[in-house]
Amino acid sequence: MTKIILPSLGEGIEKATVSYWFFKIGDIVKEKEDLVELTTDKATFNLPSPCSGKLAEIYLQEGDTATVGSELGGIE
Amino acid sequence: MEPHVIDAGLIDYTEALVLQKKLWSRVKDGAYPYALIVCQHSPVITLGRLANPRNILVGNAILDKRGIRVVSAERGGEVTYHGPGQLVAYPICNLEDFGKDLYCFLRFLEQLVLELLKDYGIDATRTAGSTGVWIKGMKIASIGIAVRQWICFHGLSICVEKEDLANFSLIRPCGMDIIMTSIESLSARRIPVEEVKRSFVKIFNRNIVVPNPV
Repeated sequence: MTKIILPSLGEGIEKATVSYWFFKIGDIVKEKEDLVELTTDKATFNLPSPCSGKLAEIYLQEGDTATVGSELGGIE
Repeated sequence: MEPHVIDAGLIDYTEALVLQKKLWSRVKDGAYPYALIVCQHSPVITLGRLANPRNILVGNAILDKRGIRVVSAERGGEVTYHGPGQLVAYPICNLEDFGKDLYCFLRFLEQLVLELLKDYGIDATRTAGSTGVWIKGMKIASIGIAVRQWICFHGLSICVEKEDLANFSLIRPCGMDIIMTSIESLSARRIPVEEVKRSFVKIFNRNIVVPNPV
């Protein structure tokens, strides 16, 4: 399983809200395809898929807050 | 390569979004190192991704009467208003050139506005924790961006004309109880948006670092 991790978005930005999952569990995704949208107070950011495969797990739902480095889901 | 700059004049918000997305693709393809759209919008209230619709303080009847549309936007930030008399700038930049650092890029946008205002004798500032440009507790420029594959779109708005401020009373700008101000209000003279637009483009071109072609 490849982890979907919230990367650093810049100095001082420690968390972001999960605002939209472009796929649901079981969907096939391609590497670099927009996977999940995250929102800070002034920016939205689409996190690309780290690899191709099946979206197997979603740990943080829309509306949840993610901290930098946290695991959002997994691809197998 | 020079940044690609488009003066879109007075343009509907959703039309400008289509234009942004076209330029986003061109920047992604490497056709342009950066792009910039400068424009004014027909009256529109936009709701950022996490905006609370309750921050629009009036009903549809009043909005219709004033000819103001409401549009949901995929940018960050809360609710804001755009209309004639306000300069809107959409820099489409590859944030890999900003160290993939959203914080750094937001500060860069603020810096462009600070330099612009300085040219008009306005000594504005940043406010820690409140992105945008401020002067004496009032806000003069708002920022909200969207980033896709590390290339950003959406951008910033600067209040230029005093008349433009009236419609901010219909909303809680950025979801806060803040007072908006304008270049005209602070400089006590009429300054055309077109003039401010030309100044902003010069400042953008002067500050943006254009990578050398490989």
